[in-house]
Amino acid sequence: MSRPGRDDSPDRLYTLTGGRSRSGPGNPFDLVTLVVAEGAPVPGMQSEHAAILRLTERPTAVVEIAAELKLPVSITRILLSDLLAAGRVSARHPRQAAVPDPDILEQVLVGLRNL
Amino acid sequence: MDSATSETRTAAETRTPLGASAENGLKIVVVGGFGAGKTTMVRSVSEIRPLNTEETMTQAGESVDDVSGVRGKTATTVAFDFGRITLDSRNVLYLFGAPGQERFWFLWDRLFSGTLGAVVLVDTRRIDDSWYAIDRLEKHGTPFIVACNDFGGPTFTPQQIREALDLEPDVPLVNCDARSRESSKIVLITLVEHIRSRYADPARASRQELV
Ligand SMILES: Nc1nc2c(ncn2[C@@H]2O[C@H](COP(=O)(O)OP(=O)(O)O)[C@@H](O)[C@H]2O)c(=O)[nH]1
Ligand SMILES: [Mg+2]
Repeated sequence: MSRPGRDDSPDRLYTLTGGRSRSGPGNPFDLVTLVVAEGAPVPGMQSEHAAILRLTERPTAVVEIAAELKLPVSITRILLSDLLAAGRVSARHPRQAAVPDPDILEQVLVGLRNL
Repeated sequence: MDSATSETRTAAETRTPLGASAENGLKIVVVGGFGAGKTTMVRSVSEIRPLNTEETMTQAGESVDDVSGVRGKTATTVAFDFGRITLDSRNVLYLFGAPGQERFWFLWDRLFSGTLGAVVLVDTRRIDDSWYAIDRLEKHGTPFIVACNDFGGPTFTPQQIREALDLEPDVPLVNCDARSRESSKIVLITLVEHIRSRYADPARASRQELV
């Protein structure tokens, strides 16, 4: 097994994303944003888009999608913004604050103790 | 590209999906030198086989988001692995194993902004491997603890390790065996308790804002 994306030349990545740059500050997808498909793939869809829709029948984190597709995270985020703009996926973003919510920390502790 | 798609299909069949009500992803990062036991610790507590992925950046340190800008430039790749712990029906914790080397830190904000905190995993035979990571975490204001992974080498007193790492007195220092689920679980609990007390103490919280 090779490390993901090792053979992805910049040219292949350019083709995948049409050279667009939408994973910068304007891109809302965090590594742990949970993505959910809004429907099944349709014929003629770009194969990566179809693969994402199959992966996200249940909530799936951006980083899991990148790992399964063997694509760099930034390219995955661009593909996801395409799908979000087309209404084909929805996104559950992490509830992050400068200071973590004490209730969330408590839930994390309970979850870890139950491991 | 077809082969990539069929691989994905195979992987999807063996995946353990989250429950439909999962809605909030949380992050903890395990950082340490090569061979410190990061992947081992992630595997010990993860409900999925650790997965590996990567982010790509150009030599200048910017990420590959402007793909056209990358053409013709040398892209550098930083790989990291991760596992997953379902905490309850809504919250999912992702645990990342990340190398502590210098080039990795260009991508820290992009990948790990909003992280709850970090575990610095130390192999006491190579203590200096973790200096850089501790330095960066302090500068970022990210709460962290230090966990010494037991490779059966020479044992040091906690005081010797604190001095070697120049640790602030309130940073917890624990011993662990990354191969053990129970031991790794205690490391994570120690971190989250530290995060909780740090944010509960207004003096600490405001000092952090000044950094
Ligand atoms: N003796 C011992 N070996 C360990 C421990 N943790 C990891 N290892 C071994 O050390 C090697 C490197 O661990 P790995 O998790 O791949 O390190 P990483 O590079 O930080 O991800 C592997 O062969 C592990 O089996 C430990 O607590 N004790
Ligand atoms: Mg590793």
